[in-house]
Amino acid sequence: MGALRRVDKNCACVESIIQSNGGGKDSLISILQDVQAEYHYLPEKALRRVAKNLGLPLVQVYGVATFFKAFSLKPRGKHLVHVCLGTACHVRRAPAVLAEVERHLGVAKGETTPNFEFTLETVNCLGTCALGPIVMVDEKYYGQMNVGKVKKMLAGYKKFSRPKRDEKIKVSA
Amino acid sequence: MVELTIDGIPTRVPEGTTVVEAARDLGIVIPTLCHHPGLSPYGACRVCLVEVAKGKRSSLEASCTLPAAEGQVIFTNSARVKATRKVIIELLLASCPSSKTLQDLAANFGVNRVRFQIKDKNCILCGLCVRYCKEQMQSGGIGFVGRGTGRQVATAFSVTPEECRNCGGCEWICPVCERACTADRLVNGLCGGCQNVFPVETCPVCVNCSQSVGAAGHKVYY
Ligand code: SF4
Ligand code: SF4
Ligand code: FES
Ligand code: FES
Repeated sequence: MGALRRVDKNCACVESIIQSNGGGKDSLISILQDVQAEYHYLPEKALRRVAKNLGLPLVQVYGVATFFKAFSLKPRGKHLVHVCLGTACHVRRAPAVLAEVERHLGVAKGETTPNFEFTLETVNCLGTCALGPIVMVDEKYYGQMNVGKVKKMLAGYKKFSRPKRDEKIKVSA
Repeated sequence: MVELTIDGIPTRVPEGTTVVEAARDLGIVIPTLCHHPGLSPYGACRVCLVEVAKGKRSSLEASCTLPAAEGQVIFTNSARVKATRKVIIELLLASCPSSKTLQDLAANFGVNRVRFQIKDKNCILCGLCVRYCKEQMQSGGIGFVGRGTGRQVATAFSVTPEECRNCGGCEWICPVCERACTADRLVNGLCGGCQNVFPVETCPVCVNCSQSVGAAGHKVYY
């Protein structure tokens, strides 16, 4: 269970996150954002704790967590790679960039590498079309991407290792 | 108290009354789906829409969430209301043809075809069950999950929540669960089993108090 090693067993840090957000029901979204920043996703245990501490029904917290695309209930990698496939990026060969990123990480879009370093996702416009095709890794934008630049971009992130050619990739949900 | 006119009948109701309640006090029936007297107004289904005259213009509004206001002029059964309501019923049927409540509505309002692609979701997202659970049972075991076309009523993590009191109220109040249409075969989303093809007999001054006054209208018995 690669993902769980990062989750302290009972998600104890949830308490302090709630305190630092004022402890009110109305700060649910910012609490969830902070929890996600801590674990890279929203573990079930953490959601249960949030619900209990705020005195909300669990389903309400769960409803918010499933409503926003920014929240994930599945374990995600340390680094989030967003490849833009919007119209402007698409016509500038973003699909080829995506294919190259997929090849380098060894996972398809929407998936996470087995070492939980990278999660690959696509978006439909990052609002910087002039720089397209664009790839965003965590908070950083990489503009005017092409197939050749992908390797260098990913190499900037620690623990990046290309999967061996015939290594079978299994992504746990 | 505020004074308003509904279908030409002037009436006075206490402030804060909704138009649907004011109309019911007069015996004017406005069809509703997501409205329930014991639950908070929600305005999800739009079946209850009425026409509100505003000078030379008019607008369509959901009467279950519309507070009665001074001088309001409401039409509950105008041509525009009827036509729009039919489309709404068609849309609802397209997402949930298995509900008897909906099939009855369709029969009563003369909906005899559904022009939309049928995608049976077994739920019209009316929120009755969610509000019942939260407001009447103080439980909050179920809620809305996801969004857009993937929105559905569910429990958290798909497990029976500890808050659930097994009251069965959510099923009882649902227009689909316990009131499922049992017709053998739906033709294009309609069962047609209870289509009102004959005029209903009513008393001389008909105010449409009976839900069974359907598309074929009514004839008077003496
Ligand atoms: S059966 Fe459970 S989920 Fe349904 S209304 Fe009752 S308490 Fe809520
Ligand atoms: S399950 Fe039934 S009561 Fe609940 S939202 Fe769907 S149609 Fe309405
Ligand atoms: S289409 Fe890629 S940034 Fe707008
Ligand atoms: S009854 Fe008014 S919107 Fe559903």
